[in-house]
Amino acid sequence: MDIIKTTTIDFSHYLTEQEISAIEHEASIMEYREAAGIEALKIIQEHRGWVSDDSLYAIADLLQMPSAQLEEVATFYNLIYRQKVGQYVIHLCDSISCHLQGYDEILAAIKAHLNIDYGQTTNDGVFTLLSNVCLGGCDKAPTMMIAKQHYQQLTPESAIDILTTLKEKAVTAKTKKTKGSNAND
Amino acid sequence: MTDIPKALTHPLTHLVNLEQPLNIEQYQAQGGYQGASKALHDYSPKQVLDLISESNLKGRGGAGFPTGMKWSCVPMFSEDDENAPEFKYLVCNADEMEPGTFKDRMLLEGVPHQLIEAMIISAYTIGANRAYIFIRGEYHLAAERLQTAIDEAYKASWLGDKIQGTQFKLELYVHSSAGRYICGEETALINALEGKRATPRAKPPFPQVSGLFGKPTIVNNVETLSNIPHILKNGANWFKELSPNSDAGTKIYGASGRVKNAGLWELPMGATIREVLYQHAGGLQDGLALKGLLPGGASTDFLLPEHLDTPMDFDSIGKAGSRLGTGGLIILDDHNCPVAMVLNLLKFFAQESCGWCTPCRDGTPWVVEVLTRIEKGQGTLADLDTLNDLCDFMWLGKTHCALAPGAVEPLKSALRYFHDDFEQHIEKKCCPYAKGH
Ligand SMILES: Cc1cc2nc3c(=O)[nH]c(=O)nc-3n(C[C@H](O)[C@H](O)[C@H](O)COP(=O)(O)O)c2cc1C
Ligand code: SF4
Ligand code: FES
Repeated sequence: MDIIKTTTIDFSHYLTEQEISAIEHEASIMEYREAAGIEALKIIQEHRGWVSDDSLYAIADLLQMPSAQLEEVATFYNLIYRQKVGQYVIHLCDSISCHLQGYDEILAAIKAHLNIDYGQTTNDGVFTLLSNVCLGGCDKAPTMMIAKQHYQQLTPESAIDILTTLKEKAVTAKTKKTKGSNAND
Repeated sequence: MTDIPKALTHPLTHLVNLEQPLNIEQYQAQGGYQGASKALHDYSPKQVLDLISESNLKGRGGAGFPTGMKWSCVPMFSEDDENAPEFKYLVCNADEMEPGTFKDRMLLEGVPHQLIEAMIISAYTIGANRAYIFIRGEYHLAAERLQTAIDEAYKASWLGDKIQGTQFKLELYVHSSAGRYICGEETALINALEGKRATPRAKPPFPQVSGLFGKPTIVNNVETLSNIPHILKNGANWFKELSPNSDAGTKIYGASGRVKNAGLWELPMGATIREVLYQHAGGLQDGLALKGLLPGGASTDFLLPEHLDTPMDFDSIGKAGSRLGTGGLIILDDHNCPVAMVLNLLKFFAQESCGWCTPCRDGTPWVVEVLTRIEKGQGTLADLDTLNDLCDFMWLGKTHCALAPGAVEPLKSALRYFHDDFEQHIEKKCCPYAKGH
């Protein structure tokens, strides 16, 4: 008698072989399967950009753990995205050394340039803006991190230049993709 | 003085190369893995433990707990003891998320083999056969370089079974986290490694007895561990004499804020604040004067210009009313608002509170609310009493971990030292530091 409706997703239909084998490797070096939860979430995010509800259920199924327990872990970390994010997530450091060295101006410049606030994604789906705690580059503040790359000693101008370059990259990648799929049609 | 090799005066950093760290052959050619070799071949675990205790090495992760004493709490078993646990664990804390702290990153990115060598010796001493490096998720380059170095160490028989022909075996893994300051607290870190929500654990039991997966576990900071190979190589006396008037060894000091030459320097333990700030960081940028400073990261009490001649060791900074913490100076200049600085710090602690203890979960956002009001010029003098009360509610002994007391330290000291600034915000009904005032 199921009073609470639970959702499960059969991982074998939902996850790719590549994803499963990467997660299995992580599970094999831990004492029990659940301990690989955080690694599994990161693997899925690496492949899919973010962690949807269905992804979460599939991982829970693969690791044989309650999805609520995995959700408890997923929502704890700020580098796990539980909502769809843009192609590039901007992690702008808002901690103390950056605050003392011009963080306000960088934030204002980025917000004005992209016309979004913290937690939002640009209409073209290229950028999401998030804050981040100290990135460990305090001697070269202000700093931000985008796609594993750390950018330091930012000025409002250099920050915008970085975003412009990334945006161009995103556009070229997109046109290439469209061309590619046209050719297949 | 000039002919003393750098290896003896700057043990931690003399091999740092941030462009391209030494590979295993290069590291060995520079004397690397000699400490581990000595430990595994010539010393019993007990002898290494005694050496580390004698060296007077204290933890560099913030609390300054004597490393030898910590290790000596791990239960030891003879080989045929039925009660021996299947595993003991050694964990390196490379979570480094304390705002204003960036020293471990240099060691991780610049000389990964030094940490691996240190972990081999440490694991051998406590009898651990599995070890993890718990690294914050944002340190991608460091994690990559560590993995490369670990792969090299396995190939060269410095990790795995029968290390260098001895009976000792060690598996070493890198676990990269996903961003949350509390994961650096050692019991939260253990929960995180177990795949659980990373809230701290109530102590006792202490991790040395029952830690990761319920087994005896030692958690040590990157910089703490990195000292170990050098103590093995050069002896406990050498280590103590590195800083004749102070705590043993060297310390990696840092400085950030609006100084001329922010950065990191390995100096004998007990260098004065003045030496770090003026000799190495070049003093404040032109047109700015020193107003105050945090001596060791976000969760330490403010000190003032009158404290400049305080040696930066655990005791002296303690006597001056603060904590050495991580040794990373955060400099407040006279053009930055102290209220805004404290507000920034408290926002950090409020955001990073894990939510387990009421004083921390509710106290930190309450402080943020009151400070925001004051900074905007809408505060009252009664707000200052509220802040002082909140400092008491969140102080040591009232919460499960040191995050909340750590948040109190800069707040309480700012209320005392920068009282006039707080009052001016209230009387003038605006921030006197804001542009146009
Ligand atoms: C909220 C909080 C965060 C911490 N973060 C770190 C950290 O990032 N790195 C670290 O080495 N120690 C951190 N610590 C201290 C650890 O709990 C622990 O004392 C330390 O890793 C012990 O290593 P040591 O004895 O080598 O210093 C933190 C403590 C608290 C309360
Ligand atoms: S003091 Fe704060 S961070 Fe530490 S356990 Fe309590 S609620 Fe969590
Ligand atoms: S405070 Fe921004 S990098 Fe440390």
